[in-house]
Amino acid sequence: MQLIINGETVSVPSSVGNVSQLLEHYGINQKVAIVELNQDILEKSRHGETALADGDKIEIVHFVGGG
Amino acid sequence: MSGRYSRQELFAPIGLEGQAKIRRKHVLVVGAGALGTGSAEALVRAGIGKLTIVDRDYVEWSNLQRQQLYTEEDAQNQVPKAIAAENRLKRLNSEVRIDAQVCDVGPEELERLVEGVDLIMDATDNFDIRMMVNDVSQKYRIPWIYGACVGSYGISYTIRPGITPCLNCLLESVPLGGATCDTAGIISPAVQTVVAHQVTEALKMLVEDYDSLRNKLVSFDLWKNRNSSINVQGVKNASCLSCGPGRTYPFLSYENQTRTAVLCGRDTVQLRPAGKVDRDLEQLEALLKSQTENIQRNPYLLSFSIESRRLVVFKDGRVLVHGTKDTAEARSLYHRYLG
Repeated sequence: MQLIINGETVSVPSSVGNVSQLLEHYGINQKVAIVELNQDILEKSRHGETALADGDKIEIVHFVGGG
Repeated sequence: MSGRYSRQELFAPIGLEGQAKIRRKHVLVVGAGALGTGSAEALVRAGIGKLTIVDRDYVEWSNLQRQQLYTEEDAQNQVPKAIAAENRLKRLNSEVRIDAQVCDVGPEELERLVEGVDLIMDATDNFDIRMMVNDVSQKYRIPWIYGACVGSYGISYTIRPGITPCLNCLLESVPLGGATCDTAGIISPAVQTVVAHQVTEALKMLVEDYDSLRNKLVSFDLWKNRNSSINVQGVKNASCLSCGPGRTYPFLSYENQTRTAVLCGRDTVQLRPAGKVDRDLEQLEALLKSQTENIQRNPYLLSFSIESRRLVVFKDGRVLVHGTKDTAEARSLYHRYLG
């Protein structure tokens, strides 16, 4: 499947079917991620049930603590 | 025009009028590490009226690569960061009043520090303190600018009470663990880029040009050549306990603090996080392995040595720091290595 993540076209393996799996694929902790799918922000509780489709536009921002 | 601030005054959105406003403002910088020294230097050079800077640590050699106000002499003499910062800032601009405080900031200190402050700059290194800053910001209606970085990644967001979502809306809980500058490293351009975002937003706020604020959560990875910005206005949570109508400022209450206790006669400080915690010790070992010495793990706890102290992390989140009775030092190590 091809997705546009943070403006870049990337291929993800077929095992990635929803937003939770996508975050896991990139090693990002669900709790600190804010995900926008086709310009709509997803509530964290919906990451697992939100399926991804070819061509979806996704923005992922994750919080870090350093400084 | 050849005055000290002439080039800033020539910049139309600031102008003479904006400069006069900047001159009247008081900014609190919480933390005097990489982000704090960057923000403080820029704001002091820009000619703010007063700067308060607070930090609990002293300068170490590993700070010099990115913490721009410090010198080898500061590291040699283990000068407290707030003092070393003050010394340098006064030489950069003697017109700015500098108030430097060496202290471990908790809710009480924070409520005292924000008196008369127009803007809070986040330059901390953990979410415990950020959640406190967030609550104090809401309670006293003072805007604050979140900023953080690790590796080549950075993130920033400007929080305005009553207008934008707050950090508690965005995060929903205090994240535990995660990479820190002491476990995953940090390159100075990542710091500088976060500082650039934070200080630019600060200047807009100080000259009261609110329409020019970014209004987006911004993040970047300089090494991977990625940028992102998201409009998070919709995340504002009506039932948020920090900024909603039923607000209780949970992170200013004692129950939600990470608690420290000096264990009698054992030269050990215990830290206990608020709430229920289940640490993934295997993941923690992977994070810490390259940075620490003599790391050991069993199903119940993980221990490692760092800076001649030994830290023991229990699965339930408790941490023992052996080799010190100084709670501020223990807290500092805790947040630097465990997030």
